[in-house]
Amino acid sequence: MNSKLYRSHVLVCTGTGCVSSGSNRIKEIMVAKLEEFGLQDEIKVVETGCHGFCEQGPIVIVYPEGVFYCRIQTDDVHAIVEEHLLKGRIVQRLLYTEGGTQARIPAYSDIDFYKKQHRIVLANCGRINPESIKEYIAVNGYEACGRALTEMTPEEVIVEVKESGLRGRGGAGFPTGLKWEFTRRTPGDQRYLICNADEGDPGAFMDRSLLEGDPHRIIEGMIIAAYAIGADEGYIYVRAEYPLAIRRLEIAIEQAREYGLMGEDIFGSGFNFNLKIKKGAGAFVCGEETALMASIEGQRGMPRPKPPFPSVSGLWGKPTNINNVETFGNIPDIIRGGAEAYRAIGTEKSTGTKVFALTGKINNTGLVEVPMGMSLREIIYEIGGGISDGRNLKAVQIGGPSGGCIPVELLDLPIDYESLRAVGAMMGSGGMVVMDDSTCMVDVARFFLAFTQSESCGKCTPCREGTKRMLEILDRLCSGEGREGDIELLEELGKHIITTSLCQLGGSAPNPVLSTLKYFRAEYEAHIKERRCPANVCDGMGAPYVIDEASCIGCTACTRVCPTGAISGVRKQPHVIDPRLCMICGACADKCPVNAIAQERRVG
Amino acid sequence: MKSLQELRELRAELEKEISARNGEGKPKIIIGMGTCGIAAGARDILQAVSQEVRKRNLDVITTQTGCIGMCEQEPLIDIQLPGQDRITYGRVTAKDVERIVVEHVVNGHVVEELAIARLEEGGI
Repeated sequence: MNSKLYRSHVLVCTGTGCVSSGSNRIKEIMVAKLEEFGLQDEIKVVETGCHGFCEQGPIVIVYPEGVFYCRIQTDDVHAIVEEHLLKGRIVQRLLYTEGGTQARIPAYSDIDFYKKQHRIVLANCGRINPESIKEYIAVNGYEACGRALTEMTPEEVIVEVKESGLRGRGGAGFPTGLKWEFTRRTPGDQRYLICNADEGDPGAFMDRSLLEGDPHRIIEGMIIAAYAIGADEGYIYVRAEYPLAIRRLEIAIEQAREYGLMGEDIFGSGFNFNLKIKKGAGAFVCGEETALMASIEGQRGMPRPKPPFPSVSGLWGKPTNINNVETFGNIPDIIRGGAEAYRAIGTEKSTGTKVFALTGKINNTGLVEVPMGMSLREIIYEIGGGISDGRNLKAVQIGGPSGGCIPVELLDLPIDYESLRAVGAMMGSGGMVVMDDSTCMVDVARFFLAFTQSESCGKCTPCREGTKRMLEILDRLCSGEGREGDIELLEELGKHIITTSLCQLGGSAPNPVLSTLKYFRAEYEAHIKERRCPANVCDGMGAPYVIDEASCIGCTACTRVCPTGAISGVRKQPHVIDPRLCMICGACADKCPVNAIAQERRVG
Repeated sequence: MKSLQELRELRAELEKEISARNGEGKPKIIIGMGTCGIAAGARDILQAVSQEVRKRNLDVITTQTGCIGMCEQEPLIDIQLPGQDRITYGRVTAKDVERIVVEHVVNGHVVEELAIARLEEGGI
């Protein structure tokens, strides 16, 4: 083997987040600069998957020191090469600074964002080159697969997964081992295995990052699962909007085949397995398992009633097992480290870790993996770095369009399947949208419902018609046309849609509305009774804005932002708003430095 | 892949390729790369060290440091074996590198005649 040793490795993140902030160019310049300084034989440049800290991209990490450089621009590459790689001096100005302090932190491992995480599924993301099977093997890759196939029976694999307590990471939380057992026990000459990578929640990018950053982990998890249930054919259903994930999966599958880890007689065990990628066109409903299978079969992606469940009659009527990307990502560690070690992480009923995509009004946007049972407070403040722009937290939307809003009062809620369900949210796939006090909860509910309404496949009436009617009510609430009884109507519709819809798209679509009604009812009432949006988000609500003559300092800031030119006045003199021109957008009130502008209160 | 054994043998080989990304518990070779060090030829020393490490297939960390104040003695190399004192060698030539690597890093014996300082473990 031609192994070449380099004294230093420069890891450049090429996840989608960093690529969009220019990391491909950084890598090219890095390679050119290393040649310019004659360092190309001493230093290796490695492309990696997502480090999760997308907020700070593009990210470059220099080993052996493990120095973490962030927000690297093309001009900075020269300094890293000349100062750090040639002369051994850390480039201080490019280091990460923890929010609120001036201290520069050189080491990857010392940053709060990483210190408090527990990375199992994401362990290799950002540490290895996802396009190199060699690097995956070097970090214990395919060891679990080898052990399962040569030292364990399929039943033993299922027992191990059952004992680990692993539950489906796609959102519903069904015990994974049990699902495998159902599929294995169904008699049949042919069984199928499917990986659901049809990630569609707004703000969620866990599966994408995992497939881009460590595709071999998913493939290894799938081979083990296929062995356990007795399937020789598998599919990864991934949306076409994820071109980088698809490319890396294709490379990984090809490499696995080359190394004899896929195909015939893997590890000399007599077990055969082949894997295909099926690209989806991006319909949200195809994340529902029966719709997903219909799509693979070449039919229109629409759900069908269950039972029969896929484990009994799935793809082409054969017993089929479907798991989410992250679920498969946990399997190699469970087999390698044992069920007991895995169960020690997390809580009694929700074992292991969960990956969350942190987005919204939070300082450290990115991907985090934490033990189950960690509180929202820890995730948002200690890992996420708190709320951006110095504002206050209002609510967290968990579980995407099927999930619910959790108010700030429940910040100490431990995050696991049961406690989330108890407060009207759900784990979902792991999207976590953080909202500050400038957010209107009615508007948020409308946003999510507009998404599910447009993604409804239309097969069943409650979902097709019901979500449409609910959205109409929310639309009129947000434009100041709400009527008495609208809240009650929303609740009634929501409950019926949940109980009568064919699949979980409709079965969970009202959740954002119902959970905001539960925790933020007063905001809905203000929209209806006072024709007022307390967060000043919904335009055109209530009475025109007026300027308080006594406090106006005549700075003219408001006149410059008013879109209709409704504000007039002489500099340094109190200004006035023409109520006939005011379109009640609130831009002036947001801009006023002395809070002299407010809406005239009008009740009724 | 025909057996688990084959995978493990392959891994043993491949682990070295990424060992630079896991520095804990490994011997460290530290080269003084301050202006003084560079002026005295530290760049050549670094290359000689890299070559030596590669030639002998050693699982060590090669890293650099700035000026530590003994500019007179540059080029300087420090060797830090896990759990042992950090030894500084001064006025190192490319020829000395092989000896330091073989005697100290590989066999664990300090090359007394080239050593100029000793820093206790857990020191700077």
